[in-house]
Amino acid sequence: MTKGIYKETILDHYRHPRNYGDLPNANARAKDSNVLCGDVVEMQLRIDANRIDEARFRGEGCAISIATASMLTEFAKGKSIREIKKLGKEELIRLLGADPGPGRIECALLGLEVLKAAIDGGQDPTGPEELDR
Amino acid sequence: MPLNVTKVRADFPILKRKIGGKPLVYLDSAATSQKPRVVIDAIDRYYREYNANVHRGIHRLSEEATIAFEQSREKFARFIGAKTAKEIIFVRNATEALNLVAFSWARANLKPGDRVLLTEMEHHSNIVPWQMVAKEKGLKLDYVRINDDGILDWASFAELIKQSPKVFSLAHVSNALGTINPVKEMAREAHKIGATVIVDAAQSVPHMPVDVADLECDFLAASGHKMLAPAGTGVLYGRQDLLENMEPLMGGGEMIKEVHLQSVRWNDLPWKFEAGTPNIEGVIGLGVAVDYLSKLGMQNVREHEKDITKYALERLASVKGLALYGTKDIEKRGAAVSFNLGNIHAHDLATVLDIQGIAIRSGHHCAQPLMERLRVPATSRASFYIYNTRREVDILVRALETARKMFNI
Repeated sequence: MTKGIYKETILDHYRHPRNYGDLPNANARAKDSNVLCGDVVEMQLRIDANRIDEARFRGEGCAISIATASMLTEFAKGKSIREIKKLGKEELIRLLGADPGPGRIECALLGLEVLKAAIDGGQDPTGPEELDR
Repeated sequence: MPLNVTKVRADFPILKRKIGGKPLVYLDSAATSQKPRVVIDAIDRYYREYNANVHRGIHRLSEEATIAFEQSREKFARFIGAKTAKEIIFVRNATEALNLVAFSWARANLKPGDRVLLTEMEHHSNIVPWQMVAKEKGLKLDYVRINDDGILDWASFAELIKQSPKVFSLAHVSNALGTINPVKEMAREAHKIGATVIVDAAQSVPHMPVDVADLECDFLAASGHKMLAPAGTGVLYGRQDLLENMEPLMGGGEMIKEVHLQSVRWNDLPWKFEAGTPNIEGVIGLGVAVDYLSKLGMQNVREHEKDITKYALERLASVKGLALYGTKDIEKRGAAVSFNLGNIHAHDLATVLDIQGIAIRSGHHCAQPLMERLRVPATSRASFYIYNTRREVDILVRALETARKMFNI
């Protein structure tokens, strides 16, 4: 059977998210949610000289949102801010290795948006959503 | 006579579709039903043979279109036991029907401090209009609680009805849980204290015999596209005396008798509420859909759905890690079944099933307060109709087993 978006790599990142948890020396962070499906992603970054040294995330949600956030933390490490800012839907699909399709692309985009938001302004990651339920 | 599902299926061209090489298993009829060939043909014939605007046209095409349009009204009136076709207002959907009651009737008849009684299992369409009018008029909203089986709690209802609400508006059948509410018994109690009873029948009229006289409701909202008719068709039933005393919500053509620069006289029922050119082909299609369902017999439709829902509940209960919501009592539920599989997100589950050609719905089902009550962010919902088979339930169950393995639960 074809597994569509649920390739083994994506399922693996979902089951065993990389770089999960808090980053104690983070100097940039952001958090957002996709209200419609209840996905929440928070990114914490250590940025030095316009380069991302460390990236960690915490989140709750569907396999696509969690796996994407996890893959993005791996991808971001060592990349320049400019490289991250250039990332769009196409690059994200390439990173995932499969297209989630129009109905689910928002799930994947959440992590990217939060990553960019952390770089841009590092809003205070507090909000109405509770991560620890 | 039980439903001949093989024969029914042959009437629905879309059921021949393949999704990624697999036969379509359509389990999302609570969102919208598929359409039989007779309905599709009726729309086609209207445009090929007698497309014209309805009413007032003094030419053959307009006369034919008007007759077909108004026949649909007569058919629908008979279908739900209305006293006269004047009590049938065509709108876009059940949502618009509920909004019409809230913004025309309730806005004019309720005073600050008046209470509106709803239930915890309502669709957003039976919550949000009331919140909007409540804000404007200073009304108070109360909600009948549900128990853990997704059944309205009679004690909660009895307690809240003592507060003398002016309106009691409830779903006949829950779109998310499938619960059939005891509308008749509740309407009787509500009428004793003088409340106006509004029934959201979007999930009942397509699936079981519904009779407004038997339910003793004052208003009833139904949606055509969930009962084999085209999208953009809905119905508001209202008791004639209530409708007579209501102001229209929209002004324009069709809804007037005479217009002067400084004054206007409304048209008679039901056209007073139908400003502008209506969804002519949709309403004609709705009439054909009513004929189709009437021919099957609504009791037969109900029996078929009971059978398939009972089978689905049994089979789904066998899936390890699957949580079912709502009552197991088949007499108290319709053909929508909500569930979650382990900790798989409802959207992931829907995607995995889609890969196998199965269409279900997942999310909050426009019932976020209910999801909060169930303490889940979302559920997956399989909903059945006249064309669904036990075999399709088996395909669903097999696909759920696949999902379970895929996500290691």
